[in-house]
Amino acid sequence: MTGRPPIVVRMRSSAIEVSGLRKAFGDKVVLGGIDLEVQAGTIFSLLGPNGAGKTTTVNVLTTLIKADGGTVRVAGHDAATDAKAVRAAIGVTGQFAAVDELLSGQENLQLMADLHRLGAAESKRIIPELLEHFELTESAQKLASTYSGGMRRKLDLAMTLVGDPQIIFLDEPTTGLDPRSRRTMWGIIRELVARGVTIFLTTQYLEEADQLADRIAVLDGGRLVAQGTAAELKRRIPGGHVRLRFADVRELDAAALVLPGGTRDDEALTLAVPSDGGTKSLRDLLNRLDEQSVQAEEFSVHTPDLDDVFLALTGHASNEEMAK
Amino acid sequence: MSMGDSAIMLRRNFKHTVRNPTSVFNAILFPVILMLMFVYVLGDAFSVGVDYVDYATPGMILLAVCYGLGATATAANSDMTKGIINRFKVMDVSRGAVLTGQVVASMLNNVIAVAAIIGTAFALGFRPSASFTEWLGVIGLVVLLSFSVSWLTVALGLAAKSVETAGLATVPLIMLPFFSSAIVPADKMGAGVAQFARYQPFTPIIETFRGLLAGTPSAGDAIAATAWCVGIAVVGYVWATATFKKRA
Repeated sequence: MTGRPPIVVRMRSSAIEVSGLRKAFGDKVVLGGIDLEVQAGTIFSLLGPNGAGKTTTVNVLTTLIKADGGTVRVAGHDAATDAKAVRAAIGVTGQFAAVDELLSGQENLQLMADLHRLGAAESKRIIPELLEHFELTESAQKLASTYSGGMRRKLDLAMTLVGDPQIIFLDEPTTGLDPRSRRTMWGIIRELVARGVTIFLTTQYLEEADQLADRIAVLDGGRLVAQGTAAELKRRIPGGHVRLRFADVRELDAAALVLPGGTRDDEALTLAVPSDGGTKSLRDLLNRLDEQSVQAEEFSVHTPDLDDVFLALTGHASNEEMAK
Repeated sequence: MSMGDSAIMLRRNFKHTVRNPTSVFNAILFPVILMLMFVYVLGDAFSVGVDYVDYATPGMILLAVCYGLGATATAANSDMTKGIINRFKVMDVSRGAVLTGQVVASMLNNVIAVAAIIGTAFALGFRPSASFTEWLGVIGLVVLLSFSVSWLTVALGLAAKSVETAGLATVPLIMLPFFSSAIVPADKMGAGVAQFARYQPFTPIIETFRGLLAGTPSAGDAIAATAWCVGIAVVGYVWATATFKKRA
């Protein structure tokens, strides 16, 4: 009885199943009917701007608040009727690093170990291990209030891991972190999944979802506007093209004659030609240039990124302008 | 399970108290300064029928309790707004354990401040005529009062939007002693204020302290004081646990 959950649900199957999830605060509808499924052992990313309902979704899934409608099953248990079983299986790292600032890093971890009823021997083994793993050993005896933002997030996640959860919810784990700390956090998240943990990640950074997630759901105004792998989402919108840069206008004119579908930019001396990016169409394109002896200085293939997808799906840009 | 959680939470809150000596120091210093000010600077101007330090000490005990509550409210609020309470909730830590930890830490703060104020009173020539049992009564009422206002303050702290508003929410509790019989008797005040001072909860509590310390306890005051304390405790407890459960 160490509070460690059994590993039963880890094989294949869904770690999280949500259907028809609705939540309103007063007459403000925050979640308007959400369906999603997360396979065990994968990273699922809920992507959306501030105010889209990401944190509310996490709060319902982690039993912190009750849904108004729909069903939520986490680790095979109903979040509404069997919250205790859900809590035993999950770990949560919220939007703000929830560390106790008046305790040291070591004491924060010890607090978690005590609450999980790990014995003295197990605590002694696991705490130095976590400190080491998160590069906090040197600061272990310092109060958490002296930690940098990145260190706090790491301590927060280390505290979550003390309970050895099967499913970890990370609510905007890298918001406010510098690029280096963000990469460290990404590395940690990948390692966790490699160990068989399921990750439910919310983010407002498209790059983050693109980098980490096996599946992405785009949340906007309390509704899921798209769901799929990053590649699937990118395929949903047109916009892939090949960009050719030329040495002078004469060469550009010649190329424009050969490739009439292109959009030319006389100042940059470039021609953008729509393309699916496949090898066959690229070879055709290069052959046609070659036949007319047109020389390009530079050649690049552009596939749409998630920013394009987000704009196409929601009709507004992703984060900065509308978030702040 | 819950018993163990309470012990763990208490240890956490005690560590906070030890780590944050300025908040304890602050809770002690302000009432002591006020006491010096009233007894030395203003006291001779009030004619209250007895030595002023004997008159003022019961009110100062109450003030010492109330002044320490600012720290309790901000601590409760920061646990709530910084996500620590959510962390505990997801770990299935009982709300009883989390809130009890905060209340007991607050009471500890209060008791230290009251001890300091009584010490100061003796240094200023306070001569109580209370018997041993009456002193026990004083201690009992300090603990009961501290228990009840601590629950109310934890509730205020949990419900407040931010740390700043949490601190502000306790200001009425700090001001209330001034509109009671703490500094001067109620019947020396203006008509409206006198009415208020006579019937507000802190007056019977102060009068009970006064009676006990003077060796002339009054059952009526004691019953009213106890009833107010129990009432405040119930409201605070219900409010705090409901907020703890609801807010995420």
